[in-house]
Amino acid sequence: MSDPIALSAAEAASRVHAGALDPAELFDAYQSRAAADELNAFTWVAEEPPTATAAMAEGPLGGVPLAVKDLFCTRGVPSQAGSRILQGYEPPYTATAVERLEQAGAPLLGKTNQDEFAMGSSNENSGYGPVLNPWDRGRVPGGSSGGSAAAVAAGLAPWALGTDTGGSIRQPASLCGIVGLKPTYGAVSRYGMIAFASSLDQAGPLTRNVTDAALILGQMVGPRDRCDSTSLEFPESIELPTATRLDGAAIGVPEELSGEGIEDGVLRAFEETLHIAERLGATVKRCRLPHAPHALSAYYVLAPAEASSNLARYDGVRYGLREEAETLLEMYTRTRRDGFGAEVKRRIMLGTYALSSGYYEAYYGRAQRVRTKIVEDFRAAFEDFDLVACPTSPTVAFELGARTGDPLAMYMSDVLTVPMSLAGVPALSLPNGMSDGLPTGFQLAGPPFSENRLLDVAFALEQAIDFDAVPARA
Amino acid sequence: MSDGAATSPNDGLDGFEPVIGLEIHVQLSTATKMFCSCPLSFGEPPNTYTCPVCLGLPGSLPVVNARAIHFGLMIGLALECELAPRSSFHRKNYFYPDLPKGYQISQYDEPLCRGGRLGEVRIHRAHLEEDAAKLVHVGTSGRIHGSDVSVVDFNRGGTPLVEIVTEPDLHDPVRAREWLELLRTTLRQLGVSDVNMEEGSLRCDANVSIRLGGSVALGTKTELKNMNSFRFLERGIRAELARQAELLRAGEPVVQETLHFDPQTGKLSALRSKEEAHDYRYFPEPDLVPIQIDEDMVAAARAQLPELPAARVERYESEFGLTAASARHLAFRVELGAYFEAALAELARAGDGHGGVDAAPVQIDPAVAQQLANWISGELVRRLGEEDPADSRVAPAQLARLVALISQRAITAGAGRQVLDRMVQQGGDPEGIVETEGLGAIASGDEALAGVVAAAIEAHQGAAEKIKAGNAKAMGPIIGYVMRETKGRADGAEVSRLVRAQLGLEN
Ligand SMILES: [Zn+2]
Repeated sequence: MSDPIALSAAEAASRVHAGALDPAELFDAYQSRAAADELNAFTWVAEEPPTATAAMAEGPLGGVPLAVKDLFCTRGVPSQAGSRILQGYEPPYTATAVERLEQAGAPLLGKTNQDEFAMGSSNENSGYGPVLNPWDRGRVPGGSSGGSAAAVAAGLAPWALGTDTGGSIRQPASLCGIVGLKPTYGAVSRYGMIAFASSLDQAGPLTRNVTDAALILGQMVGPRDRCDSTSLEFPESIELPTATRLDGAAIGVPEELSGEGIEDGVLRAFEETLHIAERLGATVKRCRLPHAPHALSAYYVLAPAEASSNLARYDGVRYGLREEAETLLEMYTRTRRDGFGAEVKRRIMLGTYALSSGYYEAYYGRAQRVRTKIVEDFRAAFEDFDLVACPTSPTVAFELGARTGDPLAMYMSDVLTVPMSLAGVPALSLPNGMSDGLPTGFQLAGPPFSENRLLDVAFALEQAIDFDAVPARA
Repeated sequence: MSDGAATSPNDGLDGFEPVIGLEIHVQLSTATKMFCSCPLSFGEPPNTYTCPVCLGLPGSLPVVNARAIHFGLMIGLALECELAPRSSFHRKNYFYPDLPKGYQISQYDEPLCRGGRLGEVRIHRAHLEEDAAKLVHVGTSGRIHGSDVSVVDFNRGGTPLVEIVTEPDLHDPVRAREWLELLRTTLRQLGVSDVNMEEGSLRCDANVSIRLGGSVALGTKTELKNMNSFRFLERGIRAELARQAELLRAGEPVVQETLHFDPQTGKLSALRSKEEAHDYRYFPEPDLVPIQIDEDMVAAARAQLPELPAARVERYESEFGLTAASARHLAFRVELGAYFEAALAELARAGDGHGGVDAAPVQIDPAVAQQLANWISGELVRRLGEEDPADSRVAPAQLARLVALISQRAITAGAGRQVLDRMVQQGGDPEGIVETEGLGAIASGDEALAGVVAAAIEAHQGAAEKIKAGNAKAMGPIIGYVMRETKGRADGAEVSRLVRAQLGLEN
C-alpha cells in the first residue's frame, strides 16, 4: 500500500470509506510523525487514537486525524493558547468547532503551537518557543496559526484547525505554501475558542488543497450554535468544488492592496495567477477599497481594545498561573507580569489606553467608524465583482528574529489580510508560486456566505496553477 | 436615636434641604442565570451552581436570558418607562476576585428602560446586568484588607439583576424608606423578584446631598452603599444628612465619596474598595448582539402586568372609600389587599337581597368596607404578624361574616375579638363560635342586663355618686363590672344608657 502521508485528507477519507485504508493505521502514521516533530509545531500530541476510531471512520471526515490550534478548548487536554499564564490548563469542555469535527469523524491528533493568544504574525510570540518553517528552518511559518500551518505543510498532520483575527490563518498558510480559509464572521461557532478579539476571531481550516478545505469546512458550518450569540446559520451546504473554468466570473483587484510595499516575487506570482484566471474565462479589473489603507490602524485599536478586556480574566484567582503575594494587587501584578509575554502586554496597554475615558472617542470610536467604512467599501466592490483578489502576504517567509525588534514592521505582515477581517467577509489563501525558493499566496475574498463560490474559483485556479512543490519531508 | 420619631425627619438640618436619589439592584427570580443555563442558587453548597460561562473560563461565551429581558420589560412598564426598541450590552471593566471575567456585562448608553415614574419619584433608567460572585473573607476584619483568607462562591455570580436609578426627587429619609417599600411591593406584585433586603435580592444605595432650602443647585453628593434593611436605609440617610449639615455649618466642604453605614454604631466610614475612582472603560460587549425589542415582546410583558400598588391605593380610596392610610396599608402588603378583596366580595354577596354569584357588583357601604379594612389591618394582623392571612385558619368569608355580625350589632366588638381569637386558634365559623360560647349581644331591654347594671351600681357606690355629680368619666368601673359579668356581650352604649337611667339622670 502507498504511503498514507502522501494522500490528501479527502483522498484518505475516501479510501477509509472504501475500506482500503485502516483509520487506526492512518492515525498511527501521523501520530508518530507529530510526536517526532522537529519544527515545534505541536504543544501536545495524542498518545493513541480515540477508542471510537472505527465509528469515527464512518463519518464524512473518515477518521482522518486533525491538528487543532492550542487556543481551542479540548476537554482534559492542555489548552494554553500559547501562553505561560495558561500552562497546563485543561478545560472541562470542548469547543463547539472541535466537537463538530470529532462528531464528523476527525479525531484529535494534537494541539498546535501558536503566537500567545493569537497575537503575532510569526509565531515567535509563543510562550512555548517559535515554530520553524518547514521550507527553511531559519524562517518563520507566519502566525498566529503557525503551528497548524507548519504541521500541515510538513506532513505532520493531514489538516488543521486555525483561527484568523487579522490574517492568522491566511498569512501562515501563504508562508507555508498551503490553503487557508477564514470563513464569514459568525459562520463557525466561537464557543470554546480562547478569545483574542471577539468581533474578529473566526475559526477555519488549514489544508493541503482546496478540496480538503471544502470537505472540512462543510462540517464546521451549519446550524447556528446556541452557545455563541454571534454565530449564524450557514444558508447552504458546502459542496466539494468541481469548477475547471471561470467563465463569467468578475474578479476585482483592489488598487490599495496590490501595489505598494509588496515584494517583487510576490507581485510577479500574483500577476501570473491573474493571467491564469483570465485564461480560464474570468474578467479581471482594477477596483477600489478606498478606506483599506486605514484598516491596519483601525485594527490595531479595535483588536487590542477587545483583547485588553478579554484577557482580564487571567488574574491568578481561578485557574492557570498564580504568583503568590502578600496583597491582592501584588498577586495580580506578579501573575500577569510573569504569565504574559511582551507582545501581549503591549497590546493590553494599547487597548486599555484606547478605551480610557477621554481617549475612547479619539481611538475606539474613530476606529469603529473606519471599520464601518471598510464594510461599505467591500459591499460596494461586491456590487461590481464576484470576488476580489490580492496577495495574501506582502512578503514570503522572513527570517527568525528579523522583525521581533520592530513591532510595526511585524504588524505590516497583516496589511493585506486585515481589511477582510474588519469587513467580516470570507477569504482564502491559495499557494500560487515560489519566490526565492519560498511559497507565495494568492488571496480571494467574497461577500458574506460566498464560501462555495470562493472554493470553486480557488479550485479552478489550483488545478491550473498546479502548485506541486512540497518542503523536504523528514 | 429612635426610628420613626414623631419629630419631622429633617429636624436639626437648620434649613438645609436634603436631596436623595436611590440606586436599587433587584435580583430577578428567573429560573436560570443572566448569561448561562445554571439555575439560580438559594444557599446551596458553594460553587455547585456554576459552569464555564459563569466561572469566566477561557473560551466561554454569554447568551442572554430571554426571561430576564421579559422581566426587565415588565419592570419598565410598571415604572412607566420608555422601552428601548434596541438595547445593547456593554462591558464594565475592573479587577476584583468576585468578577471572574474581569468585567461585568452591564448596559451603558442603550439601557432597556429610560425615564419613568413611580409615585412622586421619577425614574432615570433601569437596565439589566449580571451579579458578581460572593466573597467570603475569613479572618477578623471581615473585609478583603487584612483578612487571612478570602474565598469566592460563584453560585451567585451571573444572577440576573435589574439596576433601577431614580432622579434625586426624595427629600427626607422617611419618604425614601416609604418609596423603597412602594417599589418593593410593586416588584413583588410583578412576580419578578423575591425583593428581600436581608437576603440581598433587593439592595439599595443612596446618593445624598443637602442644599440651602429654595436653592436649585445640587450640593456635593456622597454615596451610601448597600444598606440591607429599610430601617438601615432610613437611619443611614439620616446620619449622613446630619454629618453633611454639620460639615456645612462648620464651613467645611462635603467631599464626594462612597460611605458605608454601620448600623451597630450608627457611624459612617469611607469605603476603601473596588469602588475607588475607577475608569471602567465601558465598550460594547462584542460577544452579544444588540437586542431588538419588538411589539410582541412588549405586548407579552404588558399582558402579564398585574394591578400595581399605586393603582390599587387609588382604587381602594375611590371605589371603597377607604382612608388613605388604610388603602396604603392594604395595597402595599399585596396579600392583605387580596384577602381584603376576597372578604369584601363575601360581604357583597351576603348583602341585603343582592346575593348570588352572578349578581352585579354591589355597592358596599363605605363604613362597612372601612370596618372590614380595620379588622384586617388591625385585629387580624395583630394576631397573625407577617403570616399571609390566606394561609391562616380564618377564611376571608368567615372574617367578612364576623365583621357583618359586629356591624349588625349581633355581637359587640369585644365579643368579636374573642370570636376572632377562637377562629385564629382553632378555626370555625363565627356564628358557631358565638352560639357555643354564648357571645351573642344582650338585646336592649333585656331584663337580665338591667339587673346586672343595678348590681354594678351597688358595687360601685362612690362612682355612682360622682356620675350623679356630673363626672361622666366615672362610668368606667361600672361598665367594666357589667362587661365582666356579661363576658363582653353587652353593648357599651346601652349599658351607659341604663346606668344613667337607673341613677335618675337624663339620657
Ligand atoms: Zn453558569
